[in-house]
Parts: sequence; C-alpha cells; structure tokens
Amino acid sequence: MILFQNVSKRYETGQEALSGINLKLEDGDMAFLTGHSGAGKSTLLKLTALIERPSRGQIVVNKKNLTNLGNRRIPYYRRNLGIIFQDHHLLYDRSVFDNVSLPLVIAGFRHQEIGKRVRAALDKVGLLHKEKAQPITLSTGEQQRVGIARAVVTKPPILLADEPTGNLDPGLSREIMDLFLEFNNVGVTIVVASHDIDLISTLGKRMIQLEGGRIVSSSGPDIQ
Amino acid sequence: MNGLFRKPELHSRIVAWAVSHARAFFFSLGKIYRAPVASIMTIAVLGIALALPSGLYLLLNNIEQATAGWDHGARVSLFLEKDMTEKNQKALADKILLRPEVIKVERISADQALAEFKQHSGFGAALDALDDNPLPPVLVVYPDYEGTGLKAMEVLIDNLSRTRGIEEVILDMRWLQRLQAIMETTRRTVFVIAGMLALTVILVVGNTIRLDIQNRRQEIEVAKLIGATDAFIRRPFLYGGLWYGLIGSLLGIITVQGALALLQGPVESLAGLYGSEFALLGLNTNEISWVFASGTLLGWLGSWIAVGRHIKDIEPT
Repeated sequence: MILFQNVSKRYETGQEALSGINLKLEDGDMAFLTGHSGAGKSTLLKLTALIERPSRGQIVVNKKNLTNLGNRRIPYYRRNLGIIFQDHHLLYDRSVFDNVSLPLVIAGFRHQEIGKRVRAALDKVGLLHKEKAQPITLSTGEQQRVGIARAVVTKPPILLADEPTGNLDPGLSREIMDLFLEFNNVGVTIVVASHDIDLISTLGKRMIQLEGGRIVSSSGPDIQ
Repeated sequence: MNGLFRKPELHSRIVAWAVSHARAFFFSLGKIYRAPVASIMTIAVLGIALALPSGLYLLLNNIEQATAGWDHGARVSLFLEKDMTEKNQKALADKILLRPEVIKVERISADQALAEFKQHSGFGAALDALDDNPLPPVLVVYPDYEGTGLKAMEVLIDNLSRTRGIEEVILDMRWLQRLQAIMETTRRTVFVIAGMLALTVILVVGNTIRLDIQNRRQEIEVAKLIGATDAFIRRPFLYGGLWYGLIGSLLGIITVQGALALLQGPVESLAGLYGSEFALLGLNTNEISWVFASGTLLGWLGSWIAVGRHIKDIEPT
C-alpha cells in the first residue's frame, strides 16, 4: 500500500513541486500519473523512492511511515522497489547480464541463484538471447526492456516507472505497457508516470492527473 | 511484508557481506589488470615513494654496521708530569680505575714511551743524542663509552684535566662525536623524508581513487537507486587502494633489493681494500613485512579519505 497524506514538496530553489497531495494505492493497484512536464509526476515518484524527502506531510508505504526511516535504512527500503527510468540508466561498460544482475549482487545473492534469476527476468522481457550483448548494441526498446528486467529481477512488490515509453514509438510503448500489466496481474503494485494519454487510456487502469503540483482529477478512489 | 524495511536476517547478511567482500577484492584487482597503463603509472610512483625511505633506512643501517666497532677505540691519553714517581703514577692509575666509567687503565712509563717511539718513528739515532728523555709518562684510559654515553665522558675528562699530576688530557674522539651527530641528523632526515613520502603515497592513491569515483559516478548513482549501501559502494574502492599499496610495496622492495644487488660487488671489493669483511645488509624478513604493511595501510588510508569525501556527495537525482 502506498499512502500520501497532505504531502508537499518545496525544492530549495523555492519551487513548489507538490502541494497537499492525498493519494492511496492498495497492494496490487496499478496507477498512471499524468500531466504536463513540471506537474509533479517525477517528484511524486522520487518521494516514494526516497530520492527526495517531503517538506510536509507523510508518506506511508506498506504500513511503514517513510518519515521515520533513517538515511541508513534507505538502501534496504529501495531493495523493495523496482525503479524504471526514461533513460533506463544502463551501465555501458558491462554486458546485459551484468546490468540485470546488479541488484542481486547488491543484495548479496549467491552466484548460482543470480544466474537463474537473471535469466528468468531476461526471459520475461524477451531478451534471453541477448544476455551476453553489450547494451550499446541494443535498440532503444531493447535497452528499456533490459532496464525493466533489472527492476524486476529481485521480484519487488512495488514498481515505479518514470516515463518508461518516453523515447519509444507507439508499437514498442504498447509492448512495454503490456509487460507492466503482466507484472500487475501477479500482484505487483505499479505506479507509472506517463503523458502518453492515448495509450494509457486504453488500458483501463487508474489515472491520476497532476497539474501544478496538485491532483486535479483521478479516476479512482482518493482520500480527500 | 513486515520484513520490508528491516535489514535482512543476520545469517544472510553475513553471507552477503562475505560474498561482497570477495567480489570487491577480486573486482578491484581485475580493474588494475584491465587498465594496465594507468595502473602501472600509479604503482610506479608508489614503488619509488616506498623504495626511497626503505633505501635510506638501509643506508643508515649499513653505515651503523660499518662503524659499529669504532666506539671501542675511544680512549683518553693522560700526559703526566715528567717528574712523577713510578709509585705515584701507579697510585693515580689505580685511583682512576676505581671510577665506574673506566674499564681499563694502561700505564706507559717515560722509558717505555721512548723505546716505542724510537722503534716506530725512525728517529732512533737522533733521540739517542738527547741527554734527557723528552717524553712524559702516559696513562691510557679506556672508558666504557657505550655504557656511559657522551655526557659522562665529558664529566670524566673534565675531572681528569683538573686532577693534580696530569698535565694534559688528549681525547681522540671528537670525530666520533661528529660521526654520531651526523648519524643522528641523517636518521632524523630519513624520518622526515619517510613522513613526506608516506603522505605522497596517501595523496597519490587518494587522487587515483578520486578520479576512479568520478569516472564511475553514474554507476554509483544507479547502485544507490537499486539499494546499494554506502559500504557496498565504498568496498571496491577501498580494496583498490589496498591493492595499489600492496603492489606498490612489492615494487618498492624489488627496487631496493635490486639496487643493493648492484652495489654488493663494488662495496665488497672496496671493503676488501680496507681489509674489512664488511658486506651490505639487505632488508630482512621483518623489515620487508614492515614495508608491505605500511604500504598497504597507506594505500588503504588514501582510498579511505577519497571515498569518505566523494561517495557521500553522489546521490541519485
């Protein structure tokens, strides 16, 4: 469960990125954050991933109040999130396999276990045959899928994606969204920031529209 | 879901910790191997920085060894009044021998002195022409130089020169004092140089690691985003510093021992010309371990400083 209670975020520059956000997502929910750039979509995701801390209000994730989570615990918290970026943040000095295995290496999995899980994740995104490839040799869509494989390889209960289809053509975007739907079907809570209204409105999932740091419309149940 | 924010169980944390250490240990070595040119430059600087103080230390050691026997040669000659009787000379010699800092007193009567002088000087005939023996009786005092030290020696000489019946005190040890002072100065210099070079090692490793951190900024951000602790990120850099220090020490030791091997032959033939069996001392096992330990520690320290300063600043945005 992800719960925002009257959350505001003001950056040091004075810019108010979010103001008075109330939002509730149950386990297994899938929601899209929409709105223009600068509306606060990325900030909302960053607050959830503890990349930023809120200036006001409380964020509760799986019954735990993030306000009380010390900085030293952040790494352990993040291991329960899969984070996907628009520019996928792959490391170009190592193979696809090594990119995807990084979260497992960090979590201290053993060698054999890592191999099994990486191949399962790559299989899921349809890139099992590319495990030895260098990321630079892959197409943009493939690179994004490697990024997704890296995010799901630890089987996190929550996935956060920031404009995951931003650089992709409609066909590839649809493929990526279908992947998210599949993960959601097995119970993963998913929050996707996207301005691709045409695509996401066809998916029948909750849409939360942000404007100027506020929620202006929501197709699902908010707490007000 | 309750375990979501807790650290993992102790057992799996220990396994993860050990795996992570082993990984960082080999990964950092592999990195040095994969970028040989840059690594060799750094390691060469470290090797020289570690070889210099080790070499100077060895030089000092060898000088000490070569001059070790010389202290025993320190002796004080007391020229007595010419008309002092044999009995008084003996009494004075016995009295001086009672002093704790004196090991032995040798009495050379005026006649003995003359005979010796005739024999060695080659002026035998000229001396025969003299009516009188011009030489005074002499007491040669052998002080316990090492046991008492310079200060006690000065007191002894001062006392003797004010003793009745002694005309002149001649101490043949000024040069020894000078040698000692030179050695002491050199020793200090070696310490200062070693200190500066230790700092050099820290700075060189620190700078190398700092550049490495900057080059891998993106990787560090990504790692932090997917749950890497600061300790996890630090680890390969710390091991990197350790490897630099270790390999640098190895190179330093090879340099010193190599230079020594080059010098061994000429030094031995030089010593042979002086009728000495002196042979150059190399670094013993103990000293080699010391160089390794301090080099490795300094490398680690350098990376520790760089890592402490720079990894905290890198946060995902």
